Amino acid sequence: MRLRLQVTRRLEPSASMVFFVSALSLLLAFLVSGLLFVFLGISPLEAYRVFWQGAFGSLYALSETVKRMIPLAIIGAGLAVSFQASVWNIGAEGQMLIGAIVGTWVALFSPLPPSLLLPVMFVLGFLGGALWGTFAAWCRNRLAINEIITTLMLNYVAANLVLYLILGPWKGKTVRGFAYTDPFPQEAWLTTIGTTRVPLATFLFAFLTALFCYFLLAKTTFGFELRVVGRGEKAAHLAGIPAKRVVALVLFLSGGLAGIAGVGEVSGIHHMLRHPAHISLGYGFTAIIVAWIARANPLGVLASAFLFGALMSGQDALKVAFGIPFQVMYILNGLVLFFLIASEQLLYYRVTLRVAPWGEKEDEYDRVLD
Amino acid sequence: MSCERQEIVVFRDITKIFPPGILANDRVSFGVERGTVHVLLGENGAGKTTLMNILYGIHQPDGGAIVLRGKEVRIPSPRVAIELGIGMVHQHFRLIPNHTVWENVVLGFPRVPHLFPALRARQMIRNLSREYGLDVDPDARVWQLSAGEQQRVEILKALLRKAEILILDEPTSVLTPKDVERLFLVLQRMKEEGKTSLFVTHKFSEVGEIGDRITVLRKGRVVGTVPRGEADFETLAAMMVGEKIALSLPKKALSPGCPLLRVEDLWVLDDRGFPGVRGVSFEVREGEIVGIAGVVGNGQRELTEALAGLRPPSRGRILLGEVDVTAWSPQKVREAGLAYVPEDRRMALVGDMTLAENLFLRDYRKAPFRRGILVDWNKVREHAEEMIATYRIVPPVPQLPVRLLSGGNRQRVILAQVLTSRPRVLVVSNPTAGLDILATDFIHRLFLSLQEEGVGILLVSGDLDEILALSDRVLVLYRGTILGERKRPQSGWSEEDRRDIGMMMGGVPGERLVMVR
Repeated sequence: MRLRLQVTRRLEPSASMVFFVSALSLLLAFLVSGLLFVFLGISPLEAYRVFWQGAFGSLYALSETVKRMIPLAIIGAGLAVSFQASVWNIGAEGQMLIGAIVGTWVALFSPLPPSLLLPVMFVLGFLGGALWGTFAAWCRNRLAINEIITTLMLNYVAANLVLYLILGPWKGKTVRGFAYTDPFPQEAWLTTIGTTRVPLATFLFAFLTALFCYFLLAKTTFGFELRVVGRGEKAAHLAGIPAKRVVALVLFLSGGLAGIAGVGEVSGIHHMLRHPAHISLGYGFTAIIVAWIARANPLGVLASAFLFGALMSGQDALKVAFGIPFQVMYILNGLVLFFLIASEQLLYYRVTLRVAPWGEKEDEYDRVLD
Repeated sequence: MSCERQEIVVFRDITKIFPPGILANDRVSFGVERGTVHVLLGENGAGKTTLMNILYGIHQPDGGAIVLRGKEVRIPSPRVAIELGIGMVHQHFRLIPNHTVWENVVLGFPRVPHLFPALRARQMIRNLSREYGLDVDPDARVWQLSAGEQQRVEILKALLRKAEILILDEPTSVLTPKDVERLFLVLQRMKEEGKTSLFVTHKFSEVGEIGDRITVLRKGRVVGTVPRGEADFETLAAMMVGEKIALSLPKKALSPGCPLLRVEDLWVLDDRGFPGVRGVSFEVREGEIVGIAGVVGNGQRELTEALAGLRPPSRGRILLGEVDVTAWSPQKVREAGLAYVPEDRRMALVGDMTLAENLFLRDYRKAPFRRGILVDWNKVREHAEEMIATYRIVPPVPQLPVRLLSGGNRQRVILAQVLTSRPRVLVVSNPTAGLDILATDFIHRLFLSLQEEGVGILLVSGDLDEILALSDRVLVLYRGTILGERKRPQSGWSEEDRRDIGMMMGGVPGERLVMVR
């Protein structure tokens, strides 16, 4: 007799199960990260303390977390909608940068009266990101090119477009050779909450977006259509659902929301267009994980965006406190992702220990009945 | 060898539990006599395949033992099963399509020389072919072969490995009636050689022809073992299902009305761009069931998809009443009154969505489900509850994902979907494939009552029994053309009709043939 792991399929994971398993995997990620700190000669307990302080420890820390949560939540809600339609938009990073470019153009070069600057920046920023996304939809619908490829590649196009602008035509006259544009006029700045660096407008907008996307998915005919397209394209075809239009609209919406997040960053935080890595900090990519962890539920995105905002600001604190190279942060992020993704199996399969007779074959528990 | 009627395999209290506690085999005990064809009869999920997989070493029993040639054996893997002289022909063949017949036959077989293996392999195959009447070209590639030929390759594989006991899992499900006859001849031949066959099936009509003894399984248990001739179909069916069911359907002689669906010289391309349907013409009248018989892959899918608007025809016309609906979209065709039940249930259902969502899927755009841009989920739920009651869908839980339903219940969901809009013409493709007797009976009765209401039904099925049980007229589709037509005689179908249709399914026009173009 010996012990053997037995794996059985679960039918539906419950909500509490999802929460429990996710929390457990985060805990494990932190435990293993502790080992990493030991190797770096840092006390893990001290590292955890600094991390906690940096993410939640003070009003300032909390505001830094929320500041990062905002773009993640806005983009993540859009991506949640897109993933529900099985449209794999991984180009939010680029769509966000396009939003930032369009917003910058309005702020610096448009002849609009100052009071109109902000609203127009957001509207056109939305359209910019939306059209950037719709181009990928066009490629898929007309030319049958997978949207994963196009959206991914368009990220680099957008990033290089930003670089070209800040090094070339839009290079600031007052910035003494640095690679960014002139600062925006004050009228194009978003008001922040109190003394924090959290823009009020985008903070509220993040919650509105999540509610809107939830409502769209759960209550509207269009939401139903896109969920059918996402889960059974053949059935959608037979039911007469215009899948191509759904793909286009979904990329329009998720691209547009990413564009708004881009405008929010330049008008709320930086007040200028600068290097793509500074504008975004990889929000467009992280938001993919945010939406995925939330199982493409826009309301869940609020929670997972907060979590990842905390991870980002906590790691910032670690970096400053211990002077560790920033690459270490990628390892930490990798560990978190590794455990979260691996835990997926636990949601759909029950693993139990059981006593097995000798000579039993390994693979028979994967087999289905008849 | 000892006495003649010796039991070569004995199943002794075989029990198999699949996690999470599904009892697939419950103390199954019976013996199989050497040199016989032993039929294992039961519904889907009765545990037949599980039991055979245990004998072939794919599964291990949780209790009980297998006694082979008088000795208790443990069969930990198919390799050991083969060494013990057990062969298995799976329901879905395990062949490599791009390889030749001889390559498939000798794959994993040690007694082939490393140099010029083909010479020896061809010779071995020819010898066996001649001995058992297993006609197949050793150099043909498997993908070029018909299902019947592929099955012969599988049997050759087993015989080459000196199988004494051959397990055949649902061997007739993909065969033409002609191929079935040939298979039975092969089994007869094997019997004469003293070999034993275990023939797994859910069709009791085959049982009388081939089985020497019949063991009926139900819900993992042995209901009984009877010798041939001691049980009629009704008794066997009752044993299988656990209750007495009427096998004959209340098929009435109705006089069909005016044509509802007319197909004129229809040509449709298949997925590879070759004509799958080549110049087909027919009509379906009010209150008439027209059966399209034929072996799978003779243009059925292309035909039904063209009718449903999923595949635009390359030539010809489809008329619904007086309206030309050729190359209309699926949705417009449906609104014009043609409902389509596809063979692939995934085409009609979204497994990850709920029962309620699936039940209004085809009507989501219309009132009362739609209010402006919103879905009226209360109406959706009410509708779901109504449909669940009408079509007796189990379990009756509107919020359940459809993928958790059984095949029979999924098919009921599809019928509920399409019948909500009261179609005049119903096009159904293999509506009962993979379903148990009770679900099949429910669906057949539903078709007959729709027929009485005046609906015209085009029934496309690979199951000749089903076609004959329901159809007023039968068209045989062979390589994309209609090879012949038969009308149901007043007295019902005769054996002769059945044989003719079977011949036509294999491409041979019958002698009393009425050619249609």
